[in-house]
Amino acid sequence: MGWISPFTLNRLGMLNMNRRNVDYIARYNDRSAYPLVDNKLKTKLVVAEYGVKTPRLLQVVRQQHEISHFREMSADLAGFAIKPAKGSGGKGITVVTGRDGDEFVKASGARIGVDVLERHLTNILAGLYSLAGASDVAIVENLVQSTPDLARYSFQGVPDIRIIVFQGYPVMAMLRLATKASDGKANLHQGAVGVGLDIGTGKSLNAVQFNRPIALHPDTGLSLGNINIVAWDEMLEMAARCYEATGLGYMGVDLVVDVDEGPLLLELNARPGLAIQMANGCGLLPRLRTIENLKRPHFTPGDRARFAMEEFRKQ
Amino acid sequence: MSTRSRTPFYIAIFLIIATGISLAVWRHIELGIPWLTGEQRPVWMVEARVDFDASGGSVTAALNVPDQPPGFHTLSEQAASPGYGFSILEQSGMRRAEWTKRDVTGPQTLYYKVQLIPDPDVRSLPAKVKPVARTVFWEEPEATAVREILEQAKQRSSNPQSMTRELIRLMQPDTGAQNTTLLIAGENYLDLLVDMLNFSGIPARAADGLKLEDARRRQPLLPFLQIHTGEQWLTFDPRTAEQGVPEDLLLWRQGSASLLDVVGGANSEISFSMLRQTIPAIQLAAMQSEETGLGFLSFYELPIEEQSMFRMLLLLPLGALVVAFMRMLIGIRTSGTFMPVLIAVAFVQTTLIPGLVAFLSVVAIGLLMRSYLSSLNLLLVSRISALIILVIFITAGLSVVGYQMGFNTGMTVTFFPMVIIAWTIERMSILWEEEGAREVLRQGTGSLFVAICAYLLMSAPLAGHLTFNFPELHLVILGLILLMGNYTGYKLSELRRFTPMKVYD
Repeated sequence: MGWISPFTLNRLGMLNMNRRNVDYIARYNDRSAYPLVDNKLKTKLVVAEYGVKTPRLLQVVRQQHEISHFREMSADLAGFAIKPAKGSGGKGITVVTGRDGDEFVKASGARIGVDVLERHLTNILAGLYSLAGASDVAIVENLVQSTPDLARYSFQGVPDIRIIVFQGYPVMAMLRLATKASDGKANLHQGAVGVGLDIGTGKSLNAVQFNRPIALHPDTGLSLGNINIVAWDEMLEMAARCYEATGLGYMGVDLVVDVDEGPLLLELNARPGLAIQMANGCGLLPRLRTIENLKRPHFTPGDRARFAMEEFRKQ
Repeated sequence: MSTRSRTPFYIAIFLIIATGISLAVWRHIELGIPWLTGEQRPVWMVEARVDFDASGGSVTAALNVPDQPPGFHTLSEQAASPGYGFSILEQSGMRRAEWTKRDVTGPQTLYYKVQLIPDPDVRSLPAKVKPVARTVFWEEPEATAVREILEQAKQRSSNPQSMTRELIRLMQPDTGAQNTTLLIAGENYLDLLVDMLNFSGIPARAADGLKLEDARRRQPLLPFLQIHTGEQWLTFDPRTAEQGVPEDLLLWRQGSASLLDVVGGANSEISFSMLRQTIPAIQLAAMQSEETGLGFLSFYELPIEEQSMFRMLLLLPLGALVVAFMRMLIGIRTSGTFMPVLIAVAFVQTTLIPGLVAFLSVVAIGLLMRSYLSSLNLLLVSRISALIILVIFITAGLSVVGYQMGFNTGMTVTFFPMVIIAWTIERMSILWEEEGAREVLRQGTGSLFVAICAYLLMSAPLAGHLTFNFPELHLVILGLILLMGNYTGYKLSELRRFTPMKVYD
């Protein structure tokens, strides 16, 4: 692996960390809106008012003594996910996909008792996964059943779609597929596969793993060249709507497609990563500047999504 | 949101940096604080020794002492004389050291010591009252001789200075003129010159100078001639007619007052000895700052204990600068933003190699213990608290074992900030569980690398010297950090990270 000259990067319009922090996050993201996205519970409540669906909330565990209720609540559940409300980067998320007698089956296939889950809840409340160790709240959500046409690409885990929304316009998107290396998680820096998606069509462009281009999924062996996301315009509009809900000018919107409920919002991110550019094979800067130079912004999320589909179409 | 103009920001940064640098330059010039460490300045230590025989009653000895001699700063002065009362008096522009004692008999010795710093910029103070020429009467035949010689000197000169020079030349014995021989025969040569100049209307007086040579004892005072031009006193060598004060000449007495008065004693004698010392320029600046009142801008007047604390504190901005540079421009990942600075501060106290060994062993043992703690499933706060206690045990154990084995360096572990180490261990351990040993190694080496860089910068003698003696230079560091915070270009690490993008170019 060699080096790339900064002039080439400039020519490609690659957004870098310092510029993202100074020119976009600091300028367009109001600090007061951060708690909305850093707390999954608040996110769920606020986006619901704007008609953005999220996985069904089963229980909120706020206090240590409420953990005992979890046992009753989970008694007749087949699948659910336990998440720390303030967790970042997918830390502390435990996904239970089924039951085996008294034991729960995790996404990885491991079987665990209810006591392990209770201990996990304790850890979440103590703030093990939250930023700076602040005390936290655990939320229990309905398990998302990914649509089979997407799920087959992913090694375990649910594939999700990350869309960068800039001032309400979806500007870039990628599909994230879990791998064995990423331990079923959809985090790129842990080894998940990122597949760039054409904003205009929802079709796959390139794929990268560990920042290197690949053509086949390393575990499932499926070609990543012709993935097509259904209901693409609906998802873009949903992402665009999150702008009204939070007021964040530059954010990452993570969506999943549930087999029963359609597109659902998983979480919002006020500091979305830069790897999406590598998955798309193009830089963010030209698109961000297009939006910044708009003389008359569009008012409805639908208009903005349609404008973005026209403007940023690849083929 | 509109894009605000950055110009005021850059102007502010420029002002901050300019203020810092100009303050530093000003203090360098004004207080003489050196830019580099170890700079030495010469200091002359001159000692006047007064001997006399006391006649049994009360004694008052008054010695004329230098008052702002041209070419020198007075650094300190002191007197040593057993049982005498001592004070320095200023009377009609003269400075006199006065010793007093009742009922003294026998030989007495008094010492007066003064420390002087050569400084060519120092000139003598202008006289408060403009001196006028004294009236002098001559008797014949001297009167005629004087008039003739003065007439001759006047013919050959254009102003008081040149007149004085010509007069001195005419008065040299080797000129062989009759007039000169007649005059010199009768009187003290210097007094004669002074009288003649006053007679011609030029205010003149005698002065005593001391030729400074290293390690000399029993030096005599040399007579010099001074005339007043209407603005200032000018000094002439009465033998060579050379104008000005030579660099190595200390004017001990200027003006007409006597050099030494002893009341109540006899056979008084005065002798001078001198020594050239060198003292660090910085020490000199510290001593001078107390006098000039510019000391409020520096830390020299704080108690020594606070000073050494500030020495440490003032190094921190350098560490912050290194961290900012490494993270924002190079892109090295560290665990905990400023953990490397704190580690570097500890390294400064322990020195690098013992510090590194101690740090690594504490963290390694801590990680082992932490892995046991994690299996206990404790709440976070109690886990960290337990870890802090364990870290203290580890450092205590290392110190004791190290000491028993004969390594005094083992003791240095105690300089590490315990709480920071505990958090480092906690973070590393979580990182290990979540991202694997590779990431731990990566962030760990990143942190240590930054800490070592910060240490190398902070432990440089020059860095310590500049940060402590020119605290205003921190404004420059502040400006640089603010500038870096404005850097939106690519980090060095990103040039590597984005390499695969080459194919899309």
